[in-house]
Amino acid sequence: MSKPMTGTAERVEQALRRRRTSAPEVNDSRNGAGRRERDARAAASAARRLSERIVHEGLADISYAPADSPFGSLLLAATKRGLARVAFPEEDVDEVLDRLATRISPRIVEAAGPLEAMRRELDEYFEGRRRRFELALDWTLVGPFARRVLGAASEIPYGGVLSYAQVAAQAGSPRGSRAAGNALGANPIPIVVPCHRVLRRGGALGGYAGGLERKRFLLELEGTASARG
Amino acid sequence: MSGSALPPFQRLLDAEREVVWRYLVSMVGVNDAEDCFQETFVSALRAYPRLRPGSNVRAWVLTIAHRKALDAHRARARRATPIADPTVAGDLGASSPSAHDAAFPQDAQLWEAVGELPARQRSAVVLRYVADLPHRDIATAIGCSEQAARRSLHEGLTKLRKVVQV
Repeated sequence: MSKPMTGTAERVEQALRRRRTSAPEVNDSRNGAGRRERDARAAASAARRLSERIVHEGLADISYAPADSPFGSLLLAATKRGLARVAFPEEDVDEVLDRLATRISPRIVEAAGPLEAMRRELDEYFEGRRRRFELALDWTLVGPFARRVLGAASEIPYGGVLSYAQVAAQAGSPRGSRAAGNALGANPIPIVVPCHRVLRRGGALGGYAGGLERKRFLLELEGTASARG
Repeated sequence: MSGSALPPFQRLLDAEREVVWRYLVSMVGVNDAEDCFQETFVSALRAYPRLRPGSNVRAWVLTIAHRKALDAHRARARRATPIADPTVAGDLGASSPSAHDAAFPQDAQLWEAVGELPARQRSAVVLRYVADLPHRDIATAIGCSEQAARRSLHEGLTKLRKVVQV
């Protein structure tokens, strides 16, 4: 760039840069922050319309959305097959999504649409108006043994309980109550797959990945007599 | 569906939506930006699982945006006036008046001139100053050598300087 042009060149470059995203030195209202805010808002709303379209056209492998609950905001993630993951509020959203990307597919978008029916079933459950979930499940995140254990837990009716040993027996390994406990503790779809209905023999709560307070809350919600420990 | 080390697509969308939007508004104007934006990210999503982990995601998605912008230009050229389309120029410069436009009246004129640059020069200028890409990534995005990208940028800037000098 030749010397005599420098003044003009700088003016041109400065003017062009006023449109830039990541330029802290031009980050005040005199230098086009208004336009940047407008662009940011427009981009955000275009991205929301995009996500809905992506899901509507079935281009995403996984969609996720938050869902209100008495525990705070749960994260729901579903594939086309069904609900694959329910995460408690204290779980790190990025980690949960990274794991889904690695284990299932990175084509993940945030979109409430596909999860609407699932959210409704959860609402009804927490309001005491639903005793059985009808939503489809995707078991991709679950290994074969854990699948049998969680399958056995799913058979426990609302308000009922089984012991770890009973669930292990139903999963085909009567001596595997510890392994069954691990599988239940790693349940990727808690609440909906009712691992909270599995207690120690004698009725003590045992463990719960979401915390014993929540296990007690769910058992009381379901009117389970032995919700103590 | 197979696993990979790629991050969730939503994270890419959150991180890149603004730079892509700004790029497209600068390239095709507000009216066509929405369609190009959607087409860009739909294409990106389709191709996403094949992207090599560790790739420069911004350059990759801007490559797609660049192709969509060219498509939009071709479509517009088929519809009507080829070069100094007043709606494009208007979009690029002063689509909606603001305090900024009042403070920088010359910007509207400058963006009008950007809109009249040949496609590759316009892309190079916008990628450099709006998307803040280094020359190497500008070359990736518009599909040419780094040398050619530098040249296009230089030619574009030279023309813009003349406009501003007037």
